Amino acid sequence: MAIADPPQDITQGDQRVRLRDDTSAVLRLTEAQASELTYDDNDRRMIMNMGPQHPSTHGVLRVMLELDGEVVRRSKPIIGYLHTGMEKTGETLSYLQGSTNVTRMDYAAPLFSELAFSMSTEKLLGIEVPERAVWIRMLMCELNRISSHLLFQATNGMDIGAVGMMIYGWREREEVLRLFEKITGLRMNHNYIRPGGVAADLPDGWRDDVLSIIDKLPERLDEFDNLLTGQPIWRERLQGVGVVNTDECIALGVTGPLLRSTGYAWDLRQDMPYLAYDQVDFDVLVGSYGDCFDRYAIRLNEIRESIRIIHQILDKMPTGDYRIQDKKVTPPPRARIDESMEALIHHFKIFTEGFKVPEGEVYCAVESPRGEVGCYMVSDGGAHPYRMHIRGPSFVNLQVMPHMMQDAMVADAVAIISSVDPIMGEVDR
Amino acid sequence: MPAIFSLDPLFLGDAGNLEILAIVLAKVVIAFAGLMVSVMLMVWWERKFISDLQNRIGPNRAGPFGILQTLADGIKLFFKEDLIPDQSDRFVFKLAPYLSLVPAFLVFAVVPIGGDFSNGGDGLISVFGNDTYVQLADPHIGILFVLAMSSIAVYGIMLAGWSSGSKYPLLGSVRASAQMVSYEAALGLALVAVLLKTGSLSTTTIVREQAGEGPEFLGLFPMPDWNVIVLGVVPFIIFFIATTAELNRPPFDLVEAEQEIVGGFHTEYSSIRFALFFLAEFMNVVTMSAVMVTLFFGGPAGPDLGVLPAALWGFVWFFAKLFVFLCLFIGLRGTLPRLRYDQLMDLGWKLLIPLALGWVLFLATLDVFSDRGWTSGGERLVVTGVFLAAMLVFAGLLMVAISNGKKARERDGEEVFG
Repeated sequence: MAIADPPQDITQGDQRVRLRDDTSAVLRLTEAQASELTYDDNDRRMIMNMGPQHPSTHGVLRVMLELDGEVVRRSKPIIGYLHTGMEKTGETLSYLQGSTNVTRMDYAAPLFSELAFSMSTEKLLGIEVPERAVWIRMLMCELNRISSHLLFQATNGMDIGAVGMMIYGWREREEVLRLFEKITGLRMNHNYIRPGGVAADLPDGWRDDVLSIIDKLPERLDEFDNLLTGQPIWRERLQGVGVVNTDECIALGVTGPLLRSTGYAWDLRQDMPYLAYDQVDFDVLVGSYGDCFDRYAIRLNEIRESIRIIHQILDKMPTGDYRIQDKKVTPPPRARIDESMEALIHHFKIFTEGFKVPEGEVYCAVESPRGEVGCYMVSDGGAHPYRMHIRGPSFVNLQVMPHMMQDAMVADAVAIISSVDPIMGEVDR
Repeated sequence: MPAIFSLDPLFLGDAGNLEILAIVLAKVVIAFAGLMVSVMLMVWWERKFISDLQNRIGPNRAGPFGILQTLADGIKLFFKEDLIPDQSDRFVFKLAPYLSLVPAFLVFAVVPIGGDFSNGGDGLISVFGNDTYVQLADPHIGILFVLAMSSIAVYGIMLAGWSSGSKYPLLGSVRASAQMVSYEAALGLALVAVLLKTGSLSTTTIVREQAGEGPEFLGLFPMPDWNVIVLGVVPFIIFFIATTAELNRPPFDLVEAEQEIVGGFHTEYSSIRFALFFLAEFMNVVTMSAVMVTLFFGGPAGPDLGVLPAALWGFVWFFAKLFVFLCLFIGLRGTLPRLRYDQLMDLGWKLLIPLALGWVLFLATLDVFSDRGWTSGGERLVVTGVFLAAMLVFAGLLMVAISNGKKARERDGEEVFG
């Protein structure tokens, strides 16, 4: 089927946006076409369920494959096996409790959901977080991007059969998680980024800890390159596999490394800067073929870009407060409670009823390792969000998977699932 | 006893039947126990070595350095519940593990694992005054027996997958049969190179031919007369790759690719039946490494360095060479990603088989030189030229055929899927 002419970029305000009206024209197999496909009795196709319990469906993703021998003719991702109603739960939690909830969605990159949630809340409240909090958030997010991409390197390597890679990726990720534990108290599900700032200031010696990680890492990344990038089998397995183009990605709302692998440089950090990303210098990496290899290479090199960003953050980290000194939002320090009646009341109100947020609706998006993670929040003026919705990139990105899998082999299907890098907690929410 | 069964002088001498029986029984016990122990150590060593490659510790609980881990695992598996799926073909399901295990044992019977080949020795050792080879049997068909057994092992895997009545094992067994059958061809052709040089199928003869000193290395010192050197390295490399595929070892482990088809043919197996497959697999690694050592690296042949009795050096050399191969297999597993099914087939049919065939023809051409007594430069030049031209034409035709086939497939694909 012919791919429609690429849509034109248009400019809305100062933001570059692509518009299109008919999305079905670019898809390889629309719903209507797929339903028309019928087979006679002599057809030797086999339906095979990959997942929800399968070593390489990254949790509980289930993919229904229609196989012709080893070739996948059609496929259908089936989700919901990890659905816990987190968005609904979000409506019963106060804004301060909310980040403990969202952090459990994308458990490989929890800080990004927290950030999107906190930014939405702050936008509703109309408050500005202190400079230092902004930079701490950036530092933590970039570290988390590194750990998430390292996890991808590990699982991707394992899915292609380079089992050693799994351990190497996890080894490096462990270093980052250890630092997270030191800073936030937990290895994952941090609840560190909260409305109003961050939970705690960076501990003593943080600079050395961060430096020890980012100084060691480039060397290790070169080792990954040695092990995999030039490896003929590795290239054979990934190049030209799971090809997707820009139009398909945009039609389905795909973001992140998947979209960038098609050559479309879309990175919210650069295109709609938040935090202080307009003050750091980094490159947005794009691929040229839109295949699994591009996505592998983009993620590997985004680690290098993140290291570059972290070096700049270390240079520019301002001093000051790590959370806003707004008594209605930030709980008072423990010592103040004993001496000030107001402090006690504030403390009590914040932790029982929660702070009230002005009426309104808002959407804030940040660039997570998987794409655009956004938080849409409606407030009715109470202490709980009226509606809280997280736009999960994994969920949206999964939609392009059947297109990539069409006419691939079973082994490719595994490589494709891996290169989409879905986190099921975020898909099902 | 008629010599038709064996070339072993034990049967030709004047030893009494009881004596022969005792010696053969002793050999059976030694071969069986030796193989079991080396498989056990192999599993342990593989886990230990790969742990080292991957910054892990590996087994370290059972026995010193975890050396008894395999034994502990075996005992544990023995006491696990034996599940047979409802959908399975029960008889075949139960039969398959044995079809896979028994050939692995039998192959080891024809491998010479010791004997004194130094200083022109013929590999015989003397047991209570009876000369015999240090291998269970040395039949005339020798190395063909290895091929036959590895073909039968395919049945074990194929039937296991088919009889499980489940989809992932079915995919695994289809992959297995296609993969093992196509690589058998390359395996056989690489073997022909050895047979051309040795002129005998007997494993002892093959080893004896490789004992002693071979061509000089740049005129500095003599290299061993191993087939790997004498035949050019190509047949060995082909044989090694084909063996790796035959053994379903990484990077050719598509048959049991855990990440794709969840263990493939043995997905539905549990308890001791699974253990039998596991055992057969590692036993095959040991036996096929032993076969490679025999065919290309002179088996137990090696210099007698003193200290130990001459008869023991054979064992030392054999197991030293075997160990290198086992480490090589583990190294491959530790570093390489897995091939895809079609890439594996491409490698086998489009590269290894033509290359093996071409190399056999090349070696045959060289044989013609010596048979006809063509020693002058002119004659050699002409024949080599004709040979090379023929090979180039052959390779060119093959490439044209491959690219035409590819184009035709793409055309068909476009017709069907637009």
